Amino acid sequence: MFKFFEPNKIFLITSRAFKYVLFLFIVVLSVGLTEALILSPEDYKQSHAVRIMYVHVPAAWISLGIFSLLTFLSLIGFIFKNKNLFLISKSLAPSGFVFNVIALVTGAIWGKPTWGTWWAWDARITSMLILALFYAMYLVAWRIYEDQEKVFKITSLITILGIINVPIIKFSVDWWNTLHQPASINILSKNTIHVSMLFPLLIMTAAFTLFSLLIFLMKYNTELIKLKSRGLDRL
Amino acid sequence: MNGYGLYVLLAFGFTFLSFTGLYVFTKIQYNKEKNKFTSKFGALNPEQANLAKLQRINKEILSNASGN
Repeated sequence: MFKFFEPNKIFLITSRAFKYVLFLFIVVLSVGLTEALILSPEDYKQSHAVRIMYVHVPAAWISLGIFSLLTFLSLIGFIFKNKNLFLISKSLAPSGFVFNVIALVTGAIWGKPTWGTWWAWDARITSMLILALFYAMYLVAWRIYEDQEKVFKITSLITILGIINVPIIKFSVDWWNTLHQPASINILSKNTIHVSMLFPLLIMTAAFTLFSLLIFLMKYNTELIKLKSRGLDRL
Repeated sequence: MNGYGLYVLLAFGFTFLSFTGLYVFTKIQYNKEKNKFTSKFGALNPEQANLAKLQRINKEILSNASGN
């Protein structure tokens, strides 16, 4: 199975996929922005401030999703001693971190008109901030450690410790009294969000996913070129 | 937007700026590594260059086929 993840094979795919993903991203983002800013209705309580949801929620979802993926890939990479899975994780992390920051900042901007404050030490906001710190530690570890074995171990440890925080973020609104409302979108039970708002939310999520894929492709190709550059030194 | 326009603009503007920043930063890194690879390849003697060209990925990097 891991033969599929060999850099030589995967580079051909990742280098050619870029332009198609970029095109798709522009199309989906244009539809998403039209829906989010023009076509979707205002909320009966929050009025037009609800439109912030279309950037805040997808950013939070994707940052959580990427961190979960980082943990999974690091663990598998560590167990099966597959270096390429670590390279994939490393390439995913920057977009995960940026989405985490976007979720925090847009949350603060949304908080001001709805709660009357930019920031509160609410359970969900605090746990999202902790996730951003784990992302930062993960990225810093790749920068400061040069020994590959050491960096694989440390980044795996950071993701394992950080993943404990992910269910806390998800269930914080149910476990504690927080300023955040309980989840409006549920896979197992009925959604409490109207389809006119759910549609733009899903389109924007798709656009953000495509953007993180775009960044991943560029970053992963950069890592492969670095690897091949070191290979030239050995000739 | 009933007085909420500034908040909506701030949120979407910050997201757009973050996207642009991350894209530009990643692209600069990509181009830097690619140029470094190309100049290293150019410095190889013909024998080493032929050896390096045996790897398809090296040819792919040099061909600039990615369009990134």
